[in-house]
Amino acid sequence: MSYLEAHVVVRRPQHVVDVRLEAEPGDVVAVIGPNGAGKSTLLRALAGLIPMTDGSVTCNGDRWSDTWAPQDRNIGMVFQQQLLFPHLDAAQNVAFGPRSRGAGRRASLGVAREWLERVGVGDLADRRPAQLSGGQAQRVSIARALATDPTLLLLDEPLSALDVSVAMSLRIELAGHLAAFGGVSILVTHDAIDAMTIANRVLVLDDGRVAQTGTPHEVAQRPQTDHVAKLVGLNVLRGRSRDTDVNLDDGTVMATTTPAEGEVFVSFSPAAVALTLDEPTGSVRNRWHGTVRSVVPHGPAVRVHLDTGAALLADVTPGSATRLGLVPGRTVWAAVKATEVVVYGADTARLRSPHA
Amino acid sequence: MNRSESATLGRAPLRLLIPAGLALVLLLAPLTALVSRAPWASLPERLVAPEVLDALRLSILTATVASVLCLLLGLPLAWLLARVEFRGASLVRALVAVPLVLPPVVAGVALLAAFGRNGVLGGPLRDCCGVSIPFTTAAVVLAQTFVALPFVVISIEGALRAIDRQYDDVAAVLGADRWTIFRRVSVPIALPGIMAGLVLGWARALGEFGATITFAGNYPGTTQTMPLAVYTALQADPDAAVVLSLILLVVSIAVLALLRERWLGGAR
Repeated sequence: MSYLEAHVVVRRPQHVVDVRLEAEPGDVVAVIGPNGAGKSTLLRALAGLIPMTDGSVTCNGDRWSDTWAPQDRNIGMVFQQQLLFPHLDAAQNVAFGPRSRGAGRRASLGVAREWLERVGVGDLADRRPAQLSGGQAQRVSIARALATDPTLLLLDEPLSALDVSVAMSLRIELAGHLAAFGGVSILVTHDAIDAMTIANRVLVLDDGRVAQTGTPHEVAQRPQTDHVAKLVGLNVLRGRSRDTDVNLDDGTVMATTTPAEGEVFVSFSPAAVALTLDEPTGSVRNRWHGTVRSVVPHGPAVRVHLDTGAALLADVTPGSATRLGLVPGRTVWAAVKATEVVVYGADTARLRSPHA
Repeated sequence: MNRSESATLGRAPLRLLIPAGLALVLLLAPLTALVSRAPWASLPERLVAPEVLDALRLSILTATVASVLCLLLGLPLAWLLARVEFRGASLVRALVAVPLVLPPVVAGVALLAAFGRNGVLGGPLRDCCGVSIPFTTAAVVLAQTFVALPFVVISIEGALRAIDRQYDDVAAVLGADRWTIFRRVSVPIALPGIMAGLVLGWARALGEFGATITFAGNYPGTTQTMPLAVYTALQADPDAAVVLSLILLVVSIAVLALLRERWLGGAR
């Protein structure tokens, strides 16, 4: 039996969330997925803040039935908007948990100051939340969540409300705190970098269900949802494979060099896509005629969003972008060599996790 | 919006400026007249006249006790309405507002019906404990509490509702039970709103006339509060009524200013 075993079912008129999740101490599970996929619902149900329609949660040997109030669950929670109590200073905010769990005033403040030191804001103990920057406030709220020594730490987009530079340094710190944390961390994020750098497992939610699980590397290399494909910047198409031909859902046929049978995903990097004004001749079989939707800088390259019936990404050099006159509305040909196409099964990678 | 921005929309139209000006005149003229009609020469000795001091002391005492009662009873009721979902909540909310629109005299008659010597509650109370409320200082407090409570409940409920509910969630996850959340999170965050509600209630209690004279009578020293003293003085000595009114005006403004400074102005 795993340290955390959860089957969370929340049925609402508009949406259903039905998610299974297992994790061991030290695991950091990133939960990603589009808006409305059920990420926050999953967190709030685990915390006991909304009732589950069905399912069960077992953590560290305790079965958290619905009658277990949030107060009894020994959870730490970090919110996007920090939600530090505005009338308490930083130390009192962090001491709130220990005090509510029965520790004395002095002991709680001692624990609080220790945690503030540990997250690097020990000198701000006397500041009210209104006097803290976003990054400082989020450090305090991380200290507040950890100060009760929880078994399960829930983080709801902790970095997404912060400035990019602040988020960057806090991401590294957060990774350190979570690595040192002895329980299970569940990190809801919409940022692929968070998932890649902080988590050791990724749970991809789509429409209330688990669409994919795996290590960050697996998920990034072989995305199975449009959302993750977009997040990691890969072209991912779905189809049926017969030998090295893949019949895509949009009717076109792609050539690959990997023989496979049945439902597959094909993916290729935007950099592997060549753009020309005239129809490519010769041996390239994988080609599409499409319209340029947008052209944006992407690192040293230029990323072109194409509409070929499907949405395709292509990276070209600024020079060729100028030469081809790539502006929205222009029609171009896109081609990709069969050797650049990666094929993977629709089911093989799914649900494979280190602990399954 | 700043001045220049609104100026670009054109001049404020006269058809709005004229009624706005009339409203100001209507509000300020009586107060100005009150000040100008004051018998300034005899003011010092009138101020310390025993019946004035008695009425003032009684008014401040009863209004303050009523406010404390409003806080002790109204804060929990406001919390219930703001935080607990229960059947009939909207009905309760509507009932709470009734005394707001009730003519105070009717409130007085209703209080007599309930707490009078033969009232629904007053009868049994007299039989078992030998306590009779009407026409006592307690009746004054009860009448004031009755009329002020809706103000307090409604404004505190608003203040509690204005708090982000996620603070409750945070506190619960940190291990706080509902009483602790109420005490250590909701009340402190809503404090400016709670104090504003209490000031409203205090002012309403201080000015209470109709319910008081109906339910508590008009006995100098025990039930004759300032408004009642003003009314009584007006029959015999209009100058005295002006003086009493001035005192009420000054006390009201002073309390408002003091609490604004402490709770409403400085908090932001």
